[in-house]
Amino acid sequence: MRQEVILAMLAKEPSHGYELRSRLARALGPLGEAMNAGQVYVALSRLEKAGLVAGEHSPGLADRPDRKVYALTPEGQLRVAAWLAEVSWPRPGLAEFHLKLVAAAAARLADPVSIVDAHRRELLRQLRDGQRAAMAEPDGSDAALLLEGVVLRIQADLRWLEACERAWTTRKDKER
Amino acid sequence: MSDAALVRARGLRKEYGTGEGLVRAVDSVDLDVAAGETVAVMGPSGCGKSTLLHLLGGLDRASGGELHLAGQRVDQMSERGLARLRRDTVGFVFQAFHLMDELTAVENVELPALLAGKSARAARKRAVELLEQVGLADRAGFLPPALSGGQRQRVAVARALASEPLLVLADEPTGNLDSAATLEVLRLFETLHEAGQTLVIVTHDARIAATADRLISMRDGAFVDETRLGGSAAGSLASLAGLDG
Repeated sequence: MRQEVILAMLAKEPSHGYELRSRLARALGPLGEAMNAGQVYVALSRLEKAGLVAGEHSPGLADRPDRKVYALTPEGQLRVAAWLAEVSWPRPGLAEFHLKLVAAAAARLADPVSIVDAHRRELLRQLRDGQRAAMAEPDGSDAALLLEGVVLRIQADLRWLEACERAWTTRKDKER
Repeated sequence: MSDAALVRARGLRKEYGTGEGLVRAVDSVDLDVAAGETVAVMGPSGCGKSTLLHLLGGLDRASGGELHLAGQRVDQMSERGLARLRRDTVGFVFQAFHLMDELTAVENVELPALLAGKSARAARKRAVELLEQVGLADRAGFLPPALSGGQRQRVAVARALASEPLLVLADEPTGNLDSAATLEVLRLFETLHEAGQTLVIVTHDARIAATADRLISMRDGAFVDETRLGGSAAGSLASLAGLDG
C-alpha cells in the first residue's frame, strides 16, 4: 500500500498509530486483515523522516511508537492533496482508490463524488480507445478477442465507480 | 456553443405531480448540440434521461424552459407542429426496436415515408438504400422475428433515417443486445457519426456512451458532469492488457 494512504488517513486529525490502524481496519473490512500491523508504524516512521508528518510524544508516556501522536506537516498536506487529485487507472489498486474516497470524505478535503467523476472520465476515454481498436479488428480475430477482454475489464471498473458514486452521493445527502 | 447548434435548450423542465408529490424529472437543463455531434446522456434509471429525450423529440411537452430545434421553437409548438417535427426532423431508435413483426424489414423501413405521403416507388427505393447502408440489403425480405437482435436494431436505425432527419434520438439502443450485437450497433453509429449525422443517445451502457464526442452525466433530473472524450494517455490499453513493464 502506498504511503500516501497513511498520510491521507491522518488528514482528518492527528492520531496515534493504533487509531490509524483501526480506521484502516474499519474502512477495509476483512480485506484489511491481510495487512501487517507493523506496516502502519513503518510507514509512519518513513513519513516522519521525509518530513511529511511530525510525531510528538504524548507527555508522560514512554517512548513507544504507539504513544506518539502524528500530524501532517504542510508538506504532508500538499502531498495528500496531490494524491487525491491523481487519476491512476489502469493500475489503481482497488483498496487504494477506496481509501482515497474514505480519507477525502473524513478530512473533508475533497468531494468523493468529484474524485469518482474524474476517474470515470479517464476510464471512458480508455473505453473509447479500446472499443475503437476492437471495432477496427476483423470479427473473430485473435486481436479482437484480447481487446474484448480489455473492454470488459474497463466496463467492470466503470460499474464499480457507479456503485461508489451511488454510495457517496447517498452519504452526502444524509449529511445535509 | 456556436450558431451551428442544432439543439438548444435553456432551463428545460418537466415536472409531474404537485406539492409534496412533485417530481422534477428534468430539472433546468441547458443543452447545446452542434450539427454533426454525437452526445451521450448517461445516468441511473429514473434520472430523467428518457424524459429528456422525449422532450427533445417532441414526444412530450416541457413544463417550462425553452427548446429550439433547427431554429424552430419547439416548446411553443402546436400539436400539429410537433407531429410534423416528429415526422420530418427527428428519427427515433428505441431499446425494444418497435418494429412491426408482420412487415418485412424493407416494409418497416419504408413505412414512415409512405405515411408521409411519398410515392410507393420512391419510398421503396429509399428503404432499399438505407438497408444497404446498415449492411442488411440481403435481409430486406425477412420478417423481424427471423432476424437477430443486432439486425433488428439496425433495421430500426434504417427506419429512423428514412425521413433524412436532422437529429436522431436513441433511447438505450443496445439495452436488449448481447456483446456481439452491441458491437454491430456501435459500428453503425460510428458510421452515421462519420457521415455527419447528429445523434443524441441516452444510455446506461458505457460502451455506447464511449463512442460519443461528449458525455453528459445526469442525476435527479439535472446535468452534473460533462466530459469531452478525446484520446487517453498513450499506452494505457497495453497496460490494461498486461503488456507493460
